Parts: sequence; C-alpha cells; structure tokens
Amino acid sequence: MSLNSLNMTSGLNPLTPRERERFDFAVIAGWIPEGRHVLDFGCGDGRLLRYLRETKSITGYGVEIDHESVLGCIRNGIDVIQIDVEGGLSGFKDASFSHAIISQALQAMHGTEHVLGEMLRVADEAIVSFPNFAYRVNREAIAAGHMPVSEDLPYEWYDTPNVRFFTIADFEALCAKLGIVIRERLAFDVYGQSVTEDPNLNGSLAFYRLGRG
Amino acid sequence: MSFDNSVGIVAPQRFCHDAPMLLKGGGRLPAFELAFETYGALNAARSNAVLVCHALSGSHHVAGIYADTPDSEGWWDNLVGPGKPLDTEKFFVVGVNNLGGCYGSTGPLSQNPESGKRYGADFPMVTVEDWVLSQSRLADHLGIDTWAAVIGGSLGGMQAIEWSLQFPERIRHVVAIASAPNLSAQNIAFNEVARQAILTDPDFHGGHYASRGLVPTRGLRLARMMGHITYLSDDQMNEKFGRQLRGGGLNFSYDIDFEIESYLRHQGDKFAGFFDANTYLLMTKALDYFDPARVCCGDLVAAFAPIRASFLVTSFSTDWRFSPARSRELVFALMQNRRHVAYAEIDCDAGHDSFLLDNAHYHSVLRAYLENIKL
Repeated sequence: MSLNSLNMTSGLNPLTPRERERFDFAVIAGWIPEGRHVLDFGCGDGRLLRYLRETKSITGYGVEIDHESVLGCIRNGIDVIQIDVEGGLSGFKDASFSHAIISQALQAMHGTEHVLGEMLRVADEAIVSFPNFAYRVNREAIAAGHMPVSEDLPYEWYDTPNVRFFTIADFEALCAKLGIVIRERLAFDVYGQSVTEDPNLNGSLAFYRLGRG
Repeated sequence: MSFDNSVGIVAPQRFCHDAPMLLKGGGRLPAFELAFETYGALNAARSNAVLVCHALSGSHHVAGIYADTPDSEGWWDNLVGPGKPLDTEKFFVVGVNNLGGCYGSTGPLSQNPESGKRYGADFPMVTVEDWVLSQSRLADHLGIDTWAAVIGGSLGGMQAIEWSLQFPERIRHVVAIASAPNLSAQNIAFNEVARQAILTDPDFHGGHYASRGLVPTRGLRLARMMGHITYLSDDQMNEKFGRQLRGGGLNFSYDIDFEIESYLRHQGDKFAGFFDANTYLLMTKALDYFDPARVCCGDLVAAFAPIRASFLVTSFSTDWRFSPARSRELVFALMQNRRHVAYAEIDCDAGHDSFLLDNAHYHSVLRAYLENIKL
C-alpha cells in the first residue's frame, strides 16, 4: 500500500476528526482483501463496516453494546449484534471470520488480554488501531503536570471513555507475552504522516496486523 | 416516538379455503377459514406486504378500532398505523387469526363440515408449520408472492422464523421479537401446568364442554393467572404492586389481601370470559412443538441453512420467559449461515410483555429497520 495515498492533507495542519476517521478506515481497508468476512468489535454506528462494504465489498458484522450506537447501525443498514465484547463472544465460532477489527476502541475495553485472545480465536487475523499514549505531545503534557489531551486523545481525564492507557512499547510487550505475532505495524503522527523513526515517541496513532503465534 | 395516528375504523375479512389441508401432526381439515384484517394498500408491484403474526392469545385485529365498539383497539395499535414504526403509508399490513384460534378462524368452536358438529376436542393438533402453510394460502389469495417482512413477538416470532424456513423465497425480512429457536424445559413446564389446570377442570368434559353449554372457567383462569406472572418481571411486579394491600389491612382469610392477587384474579376472570380453552391447549402445544433444529439433530446452524431472508432480532433485558440468551442463539445461528442479521437487546423492565409496549428505544429500533426495507 502506498502511504502517500493515505496522506490526506498537505501536512501543515493536524487531521480534523473527520479526516482522522477516514484515515483510520483507509489504513484498515488497505489491509483487508476484497470480499472478506470481518467482525468489527466496538463498531459504533457502523461507519467502518459501511466503508469496507462500499470500497471493498467486505461483509461482516459489528459488535456493539451501546444502545444509541446499535440504533445508528440499524439506521445505517449495518448488521450489528448488541452484545458485550468483554463477555459475550463465546457464541462466535472459531475462525469464522477472516479479520477481527478493533478500531480506536481497545483502550476503552477492560479485558485487553481476553479481547485480543478472542479476536484471534474467531478470526485468522486481528487488526487493531489505538492512540499511542507515549506520543511526544502526550509526554510533554505529563511532564508539564497534566494528563494529555490531543487530537488522538480528545478527552479530559474526567470524561474519557478510555480505561486502559498504553503505549506502542507496552502493546508490543503484551503481544510477546501472549504469543501474538505482529505481522505488520504502521504508526502516524497527527498530520497523517507515516512515522518510522522511534514510533513510540513520534507516532500518535498505531495500527497493527496480528496473527496467532 | 409514536404518533397518534390510527388506521381508524377497520373490519375483519374472511378467507375460505375449500380444499382439505393435511397437518403435520397427522390430522386433516376438510376445509378451513381464516379471519384476517388489512391496513394500508398493496402497491402495484405487490412488494410492500407485511404479515403480523400473533402470539398465544392474539388475533387478526392488530390495529385500528371496530365501529361502534368501545375499547376495541387492535393489540399492536401502538406499532401499526400511518407514521408509526410499521407505517401503513408504506406497507400493506396483514393480520391473521391462526388456525385453531377462537376469534373467527376455523378452530375448536367451529363446526366440522363433515360431521355437522362442533369440533371441540376433536379439532386436530396444529403446529407453527401448519399455521405458516395456511398463511401462505392466504398470501396466495391476496396476490402476495413475497412478503417484504413477516413480524411477530414470542410465538409470533416463531411463525416469522418458520416462514423463512418453509418459504425462503417468499419472505425478504424477518422481525423476530422476544422469540426463541424452541421452548426451554421451564417454558414447556409452565405450559403443562396451564394445560393441566384446564384439563382437570370438572367442566372441561374431555374438551366437549361447549356442546354441554359449559366453559372450564376455573382452569382457564388459573392458566392465565400463571401465564401472566411469567410474562412480567419480578422488578416490574414489585414496582407496580409491591406488597400493597387491597383493603388497607390484613384479612387473615383466603379473600384478597394483596393488590397483586386482585390483579391476577381480574386478569384471569377477564380472559376466561372470552378465550376458548381448547384453543389455549392447542396454542401452548404448538409452542412446545416448535423446534426447527429437531430435524437436524439439534443443530440450529444446519437447520437455518435454507434461510434467505434478512433478520432483525430483538429481546428484552428483563424477559425471563424468552430470555435474551435464546434470541442470541438465533443470531449466532444466522451469523454462521452468513445471513444479514441485526440484534438489539432492549432495556425494558416489563419482562416478556415488553414487546407489546411502546418503549421509545424499542420502537426506534423497529422504525429504523422497517424504514430501510426497500420496496
């Protein structure tokens, strides 16, 4: 995949929330071949699934617990299953999907290890994107004595839905501990530019393709 | 979000099927009639028809009112009408009384044309499969090749599911609300207690009570009282009745002390006043027998293989008679067959009966799904 094709701005301004979402979707879509069958954990109102369906004829289901998001999915014509990702996945058969996706939602789930294990049980490959808490700007905020608030972490500490705060280095350590193979990693700064040098410092958003070890 | 729009004054119609029908249980009906109602208009492409299937004690009178009859609102009037979630400006909605019913379709109270006598206890056992087959004859009669959707709650949901199995090409969407792939042992147990209440009523006379001018009122009343308890949630009953006393003090007798006793007796009396005992027995048996996975050795995924329809499945958080877990079984079996399915678990404190209420979120979910159905 050409990274340039993902760069949606001139690089002068940080991506807007809308651009960031499209960016997120484009990276994920780039990793899934046409026509595959996927499961999107924490699918919100189903926008990613709709994007995947429209751009690559990808089928599948969203899993969501929030009532309004489920209603949003149904309005959007998305197949959504209202169950708790953290406890309700046992009904999904092993390897019944090509990909399990968590787009910008892993940090809002408690049972990180369980969820990652379930993703790789029900699907051949897991795709995870999350905000890197060790991004330079976040470190600066902490150094200045405050919890970070940035483009990719747009919440105050008292209203954030996030419950797990981790970095690229932390995530990779967990994958190693769980025997999860990292097939590919991409990191980007808030301008949507790909980061290769010290991504744990320079990357704001991280994307992973994961497989069973 | 529901509007006050009613379909207005409606009138029941009759469909006469003059040929015999063989039933799954081995019985045979020489002919049969179905009572039905319709709301809205069938479009030129005949692509906008929606069948509403009723549950245990429902009827073909789904929406609207009968002329000059007070309190005659249809049982799902909050859902069906112009501008309502099942919008009669978009859809042609059909309600039908099931075979074996007591609201006008051929049932135990009808006369057997071959003997000239009431069927009574001789009315053959009918199943969900038989109901769907008879409904398909009504669809033929109305010129409906394909339903845009078949919708139902509880036992009605089972009929909607059965439609997608028996006539995969004749149904585009299933809306299965507070339903299940089959009844649990506990559910069958409740049905059996209800049946025993009726069967052991001294006025039952082996089901031939009508020809003696009798009604097994006590049995029906007990059956309904117990059924009613299972349709509500513990929380809701506590909230509605708690330990409130009817007369302000304890009677130290078997008269009514608590409000809940009064309520149940009233519900039982009301029901026994109009519902037919043989129909109640038939309907509960049809519920018990429904089990599409049975022919596949219990494998629901295999049983669902013929399905082509898209599904909306909904359940209610406090429904312990048809619990969310049972709806999830449907959902997982559909997903493994890669069918289109959306599943919403609605927070509602009213137990199984929630499906009849106009909970705002529930109706929004139904509205959103039905609005997306292309005609």
